Amino acid sequence: MADRSGYQQMTALGRSRLKGKLTLLCDAKTDGSFLVHHFLSFFLKAKCKVCFVALVQSFSHYNIVGQKLGVSLTTAWERGQLVFLEALKTSLDIFFQTPAGPHPLQFLREASARNLQPLYAFVQEALKPEDGGEATWRHPVLLVDDLSVLLSLGVRAVAVLDFIHYCRATVCTELKGNLVALVHDSGDAADEENDLLVSGLSHQSHLILRAEGLATGFCKDVHGQLKVLWRRPSQAAAQRDRSLTYQYKIQDKTVSFFAKGLSPAVL
Amino acid sequence: MAAAATCGAGAGSPGSVAAAVDRSSATSFQRKGPRAGGADGGGPRLVSIAGTRPSVRNGQLLVSTGLPALDQLLGGGLAVGTVLLIEEDKYNIYSPLLFKYFLAEGIVSGHTLLVASAREHPAGILQELPAPLLDDSYEKEFDEDGCNHKTPDSSMKMKIAWRYQLLPKMEAGPVSSSRFGHYYDTSKKIPQELLRTAKWHGFFLPERISPPLTVEPCHLTHGYMKLLEFIKKIVSEEGVDGSHPQKKTKNILRIGIQSLGSPLWGDDACCAEACDDSHSLTKFLYVLRGLVRASLSACLVTVPAHLIQNKAITARVTSLSDTVVGLESFVGSERETNPLYKDYHGLIHIRQIPRLNNLICDESDVKDLAFKLKRKLFTIERLHLPPDLSDTVSRESKQDVAVPAPRPGRGCSGLAEGEKHLDF
Repeated sequence: MADRSGYQQMTALGRSRLKGKLTLLCDAKTDGSFLVHHFLSFFLKAKCKVCFVALVQSFSHYNIVGQKLGVSLTTAWERGQLVFLEALKTSLDIFFQTPAGPHPLQFLREASARNLQPLYAFVQEALKPEDGGEATWRHPVLLVDDLSVLLSLGVRAVAVLDFIHYCRATVCTELKGNLVALVHDSGDAADEENDLLVSGLSHQSHLILRAEGLATGFCKDVHGQLKVLWRRPSQAAAQRDRSLTYQYKIQDKTVSFFAKGLSPAVL
Repeated sequence: MAAAATCGAGAGSPGSVAAAVDRSSATSFQRKGPRAGGADGGGPRLVSIAGTRPSVRNGQLLVSTGLPALDQLLGGGLAVGTVLLIEEDKYNIYSPLLFKYFLAEGIVSGHTLLVASAREHPAGILQELPAPLLDDSYEKEFDEDGCNHKTPDSSMKMKIAWRYQLLPKMEAGPVSSSRFGHYYDTSKKIPQELLRTAKWHGFFLPERISPPLTVEPCHLTHGYMKLLEFIKKIVSEEGVDGSHPQKKTKNILRIGIQSLGSPLWGDDACCAEACDDSHSLTKFLYVLRGLVRASLSACLVTVPAHLIQNKAITARVTSLSDTVVGLESFVGSERETNPLYKDYHGLIHIRQIPRLNNLICDESDVKDLAFKLKRKLFTIERLHLPPDLSDTVSRESKQDVAVPAPRPGRGCSGLAEGEKHLDF
């Protein structure tokens, strides 16, 4: 069915052919957070160990949406499957008092953070393989929501790119896991640092999901357009990258995808 | 998180999971009730707080912004735990009104106020608040203004254009219950006895600031740092962050910050394009977001967005706030004398609405909204173009109106400029 195939494509991403890959979620003039919720619930259902760096929303927000999508974050957190960094809450601790030791959000106290090394150390610690024989969870996943806000907090784009590079080396190459990150793309050249970040990440990623608004403006039945682009960053660009475009409508508990122009409201 | 959760959902922080895990069933068929405060996980039903109501969509706790028409556009009201950013109009004529409506609504509902300003003393701002319209004088106000309108009586049925009767009316009439959303009379001041019952904390920057001897630890502008510390102090004093669980009555803290980002706060975002502390404003908003999310408070911030030189900062400020409303007044622009806009005082743009605890949000279908300050009331209406009844078709006026708002909002996603597309 035309409206199901897009979602099935998205669910196929967690299968083995996309292990050890960086997926970039990009939104331009619309809200792409539904993609973050989808990937979070998807990887938790697939019994992967997830480290979620949530920089813009609180735990209960993701929890409530996750319950609509069929996962309970509190249960996953208790079992040790989910490591959650709720930056909005922990930023208050570090902002108003001097921290005792290294803190993942240490860059908040600096004028222009050189690097995100404490944050990388946090991720490394969270996703390190368990000692002992049996691995309870499948390959680890790092999920970041979102990277553009780091630029607002004084971190340079180069430092964010370095952080992603280090995480990719650990999570994707060494641990054979996945890395999924959301960035905002403003489109116009107003924010140069953000454009630098987006183009730097686009070149490194294997899969780019770009949610955009419709070119014709606001529509009640079609909320936007999703462009899916498969890339091979390490190989030469002789083979053409595969790309697909779907239009979507977000509903209360799901997102329905359909081919361009074939919205159920129109047919 | 301060926002209300549905009855079956878990509590906010992972620390208080014990009570939440018992109620782990999460079907949406459960009856949603207002639950205030995520910090405490106990009790399926808390006493409802005056001046708040749960959202229809997801049980989120909402407070009124003071303008029932704006509440309707924002999906019922301002969610507790979020920040509403108002982009000031060019000469700062109408945004102080919205600021005052917000504070007045807080006083009428009995909420605690925190007023921060670098320009006026908070006590002075509170003296200038508009008086609330009482229930019995609602009908009189609407009738007086209704006579000037050509809107048909609701009892009169349209004979020719009967399809238009089915269209929803944008303008909200006075609410039947006096608990949520009130109307205010801008020509009268708030009565003194009402002001005396109000509980408020003021932050006037020139009083609080001292010459900085050392560099701030987090490299924020001195004024911003002081304001954040003050807000944190008041939040924990008032117990809105759940730090006094033995307090039976809960209350909302309304935070109003005026003209954030202006040079009066010590920030040079409005003065130079490549400013020294270009991250001061955005860091402030981030920490404010953290403070507000973790407590039962609602915050309204007005920012002179038209003065900020670096457009990147405007974009970042928008994405760091939850709800963003922009005001554009016609004063001083060519639209003031345009006959098409003669009924209105300006345009209002809802640039962003948050998706809290949900994949979707209650976006209004109407994107062209205009406001006008009637004799006593501030109304927001759908922008109607009057029919062109002149003998000769005036091409200039048609094209002028056809140009949409220059900045497409995040929701409405206009990628193209209007003029390039309309070439017929």
